[in-house]
Amino acid sequence: MIDFLVNWLANAPVTAVPYALAALGLIIAERSGVLNLTAEGLMLVGALAGAGACLALGGYPAVALVAAMVAASAVSLLFAVLVVVLRINQVIAGLSVVFFCQGFTGLVGTLAKWQNKQLTGLAPLKIWPLSEIPGIGRILFQQDPIVYLTILIFFAVNFLLFRTMLGLRIRSVGENPGAADAAGVSVTLHRIFAIVAGSSLIGLAGGYISVVSVKLWVTGMTGGRGWIAVALVVFARWAPWPALAGALLFGCIEALIPQIAAAGIRVPQYLMLMTPYLATIAVMIWVGTKDSGITQEPGALGQPHVREERR
Amino acid sequence: MNSALQLAGIRKSFDGALALDGASFESRSGEVHALLGENGAGKSSLMNVAAGLYAPDAGSISINGAPISLSGPASARSHGIGMVHQHFKLVRPFTVAENVLLANPQPHFASGLRDIRDAIKKQVDALKFSIDPDRRIDSMTVAEQQQAEIVKVLVGGARILILDEPTAVLTDAEAIGLLEIVQRLARSGTAVVLVTHKLQDVKRYADVVTIMRGGKTVATLDPRQSTAEELTELTVGQTSALPERTPHQGGPTRLNVGALTYTRADGRTMLNNTSFFVRAGEIYGIAGVSGNGQAELAEALIGAIEPSTGEIWVDGAGDISHAGPTKRREAAIAAIPADRYAYALAGSLPIQDNLAVAQIRSGRYGSIVRLDRTAMRRDAIAAVKDYDVQGVRSVKQKASLLSGGNAQKLVIAREFSREPDVVVAHSPSRGLDARACAAVHQRLIAARERGAAIVLISEDLDEILSLSDRIGVMTRGAIVAEFERPADRQAIGRAMVDHA
Repeated sequence: MIDFLVNWLANAPVTAVPYALAALGLIIAERSGVLNLTAEGLMLVGALAGAGACLALGGYPAVALVAAMVAASAVSLLFAVLVVVLRINQVIAGLSVVFFCQGFTGLVGTLAKWQNKQLTGLAPLKIWPLSEIPGIGRILFQQDPIVYLTILIFFAVNFLLFRTMLGLRIRSVGENPGAADAAGVSVTLHRIFAIVAGSSLIGLAGGYISVVSVKLWVTGMTGGRGWIAVALVVFARWAPWPALAGALLFGCIEALIPQIAAAGIRVPQYLMLMTPYLATIAVMIWVGTKDSGITQEPGALGQPHVREERR
Repeated sequence: MNSALQLAGIRKSFDGALALDGASFESRSGEVHALLGENGAGKSSLMNVAAGLYAPDAGSISINGAPISLSGPASARSHGIGMVHQHFKLVRPFTVAENVLLANPQPHFASGLRDIRDAIKKQVDALKFSIDPDRRIDSMTVAEQQQAEIVKVLVGGARILILDEPTAVLTDAEAIGLLEIVQRLARSGTAVVLVTHKLQDVKRYADVVTIMRGGKTVATLDPRQSTAEELTELTVGQTSALPERTPHQGGPTRLNVGALTYTRADGRTMLNNTSFFVRAGEIYGIAGVSGNGQAELAEALIGAIEPSTGEIWVDGAGDISHAGPTKRREAAIAAIPADRYAYALAGSLPIQDNLAVAQIRSGRYGSIVRLDRTAMRRDAIAAVKDYDVQGVRSVKQKASLLSGGNAQKLVIAREFSREPDVVVAHSPSRGLDARACAAVHQRLIAARERGAAIVLISEDLDEILSLSDRIGVMTRGAIVAEFERPADRQAIGRAMVDHA
């Protein structure tokens, strides 16, 4: 039983990291008022770019992860132009980008013959002597460097959003672009920045899956994790720390699936796979039935900003 | 005194419609300069040009005699121009200090927020305001939010302060307090521009007045040297008066509100045994200091909220306090809500659709499977003409493109298209100019002559006094005193304050 628990929980951070980073990236964009559904597509771009860079360079996983971030940011610029500059409906633009990325990454991965090639991956970072504590050591102190980096990134983003002028501007643009504009904040630039910066984290999430977690590129390998991240943002009420908690919860659920199979317990795997979505629906129902009616949703989420519109 | 802000020959058009047609304006330091005009005369547009929000198509802007070009709101602010908009430009989930910091960026967030907080406290003390820099905007009243706006602009070091319809959202007492502060500010060297359509404010507080009509500035004069009639004539082009009214004949009771109570989600009791009745052919005015439950009463009457206990009885329909919109429509209740865009209009839909929804169940525009667009269009064109809705290029244009007064006329055109028995009007002339206001009042009186029971909820005491047959004073969610026409203004004022 203890072995089961340790095995399970030691795997949970690895499954949680993509959710956490992708949700955080989405939060940055959505706090600026852009409804961002591109995560699934951008994660695929990150995963492909990471795997490709790894194969091309013959190793260097850290460089590969940077490549994943850059690639996802570059593609997100397309989305940014669509929704911020051209003011196309954000849902439609987001979905288009996802479908485009799904096709594009499949095509490039096949043409470049990157499919199913083993990658080197990242060695775990043992934090000695804590890593030698029985049980706890394996769960908390023998993870790969990105797990620890993710926590640092959460601190950094939280600081950025709530303790800097840039964060104040990004949030103001998301809550009331008219007021931000009148205050001299460029709505266009801050939204583009938020999308691109957030997308680098989404790309990192994708790169992590291919380079660190699975150590392979397989077409469509993100398997809907981007959509869970979108739901996680709602679940977390657009706040970083609840998003990290939600990512851990979903990571634990996902890590449980192979453990249960290995333990020989017969539970339909699809039942397990749908639990994160079920949890999301439950949270949304809970939020929707609360009396206060305060959603914490950014006030201008999904609304393009046009200055010279008269009422 | 030297010229602080000078605008010359400003032209600006929106989608081909000319909003400003060679407007010129000059304001000096130390003066309160009123910009008077009807709704849609171009006052706000002109000032938005000065604040850098709109780029003019033609014309020049000078500060202290030196020509400048404004690339946006930030560059206007760097020239010392600050504007308080009619619709506040505040981020609601932010605190006052965060809003001020946003508009007056500092290099570092934490130390900047500290400095800004001190600066706010200094301004608040100097102006005798009552706001706390750490309170969130969405927990403040409209008057407090306005204080936050003014402080925001002043902390930024504005020497030219533009106030767009500042008293439109305030009660009489709040408005007087604000205008006195504004006057003091001007005496200390600020150039104040007061955009307004209230003659009284202009006569009492302005040193100079510029009058706009149809996108042009038609005259600049000293308000103390001119009569109210002269000013009205210049703004409207022609003077309009309230129509004669027949004395009230006491009809049967049409609407009876009995012991209505309502408690808000935050636990505050907003309606506390509100009781009154309205007879057919009668206008019942409800006066009171804002925030004493008038908004909730209006919402309960039009069905936007459900009262906790009590009844709203309508002749022929019974108690409708918990009835849905369909039953209310059947009871022939017309609603003219205070927030036109939230409750009365779908801004992004065409004017004709906004008019047609009233007939959605009558079958006037076809059955469930067929929509008679020709009839819709014909009726809409007739209604727009009948109710003198200005600024309509086509009945297919979005309702949100109409100015406030014209949007209100549109709401009334729709609500009165069904000959209502009961009319609930909440601040029906808020933000309207003299002519639109008169038109709205005329329509209410016409409905009264027809025998409708009308509830008029307004914070404008003049409006209540001139229209109502009986007046109820509302304080802390209850009607505390009633007056028959002709009512004594002082007595009503005392009742409003005494019970508070």
